[in-house]
Amino acid sequence: MSIFEYNGSAVVAMVGKNCFAIASDRRLGVNLQTIATDFQRIFKIHDKLYIGLSGLATDVQTLYQRLVFRHKLYQLREERDMKPQTFASLVSAVLYEKRFGPYFCMPVIAGLGEDDVPFICTMDCIGAKELAKDFVVSGTASESLYGACESMYKPNMEPEELFETISQALLSSVDRDCLSGWGGHVLLVTPTEVQERTLKSRMD
Amino acid sequence: MARFAADVPTRGGFSFDLCQRNEMLLKKGNQLPTFRKTGTTIVGLVFEDGVILGADTRATEGPIVADKNCEKIHYMAPNIYCCGAGTAADTEAVTDMVSSQLQLHRYATGRESRVITALTLLKSHLFSYQGHVSAALVLGGVDITGPHLHTVYPHGSTDTLPFATMGSGSLAAMAIFESKFREGLTRDEGIKLVSEAICSGIFNDLGSGSNVDVCVITRGQTEYLRNHQLPNPRTYVSSRGYNFLKGHTEVLSTKITPLKSSKVEAAAEVDEMEE
Repeated sequence: MSIFEYNGSAVVAMVGKNCFAIASDRRLGVNLQTIATDFQRIFKIHDKLYIGLSGLATDVQTLYQRLVFRHKLYQLREERDMKPQTFASLVSAVLYEKRFGPYFCMPVIAGLGEDDVPFICTMDCIGAKELAKDFVVSGTASESLYGACESMYKPNMEPEELFETISQALLSSVDRDCLSGWGGHVLLVTPTEVQERTLKSRMD
Repeated sequence: MARFAADVPTRGGFSFDLCQRNEMLLKKGNQLPTFRKTGTTIVGLVFEDGVILGADTRATEGPIVADKNCEKIHYMAPNIYCCGAGTAADTEAVTDMVSSQLQLHRYATGRESRVITALTLLKSHLFSYQGHVSAALVLGGVDITGPHLHTVYPHGSTDTLPFATMGSGSLAAMAIFESKFREGLTRDEGIKLVSEAICSGIFNDLGSGSNVDVCVITRGQTEYLRNHQLPNPRTYVSSRGYNFLKGHTEVLSTKITPLKSSKVEAAAEVDEMEE
């Protein structure tokens, strides 16, 4: 059993028209036993930048704390928030530093950059960035998520439709993965507001 | 307290603090995750006016395609580019690092970078990590001494060649080069041969796929032809697509937070700083 499959996770982010959505499952398990159904995997870095972390839960929390620390230092020095592209480079550097003893985490970064252009990217656990224009996935359910997103995604979706699409992609993929699921958490960010929703799903 | 100080951004280089924990996890039977690799076909050849580099655009994670259109031709200097195969994070990190070192060197010397400088920086870094930094590179460029093409292996050995291929698709591409390469190719012939070699890798090697990227470097000018050929268009697009109507998904709770408009705040800050 891979170390990635110890806790189980599923994270996906999609780009819409001047908005983005990031979603994750809510299960925290220890091998095949579920111990929590409200585990937070998507974290806010600043109003328009979110990071979803899949993989080993302890590394998810440690890495999140390290990144928030680095971002706060940046805010103090630069007196502004970090751009998503800069943050992605920071995460990549933090992960690559541990090249020979990595954090077992695969981040999904989603944010609104300059002029509110949506930005998404994912990385493997040692920081190899993948910048996509449509969707990015990560976690134990990633293979199903690739398939679901590939077929359900359409470019330039409005926020309502984007929410429905990302929710359906997430729910259908985690249904095919024993280690993730037990609820869904979706954040939809537009230039004017952030909509946070919890989804009703199968609890098995 | 010493441990706390380690959280502050370090001076650079690798950090090994999690190795002990990871060893313990490995012993307990948990396997290390696979890193994203660039399965890859990368090629380079020297033509009459300079160097042409080519690469496919598929990034794999085990058997799954992680990125259908990634960039494998990395910028090193205005006149030097490098294709990378192997572990994606390693090729990106090592080319970024050497690119920064070359820029600093340009500032110090006031001269255009030479390809052998990049070569020496790459090989000494890779050798010092004894092959653990898994980056196999095709480095090409044109400097004051002429066009150069080199291959760099993960353990730090290098070759200087008129045409080169690396990656899992290297045999497929080399077959094309060995039959059709000759000295003194023109620009169009060179691009055509490179594209053919990459296509051979794309269609015959499972680790390579998607599109062809080409980079033409000549004295004083570099042309990066991103997605020069797209031989694998998506053929299964459904014209209707999925239409999820609003209210389709069952929602348990909703929380909407309005965001403050950032432009108004910026104007206020400018006034304060002028004082």
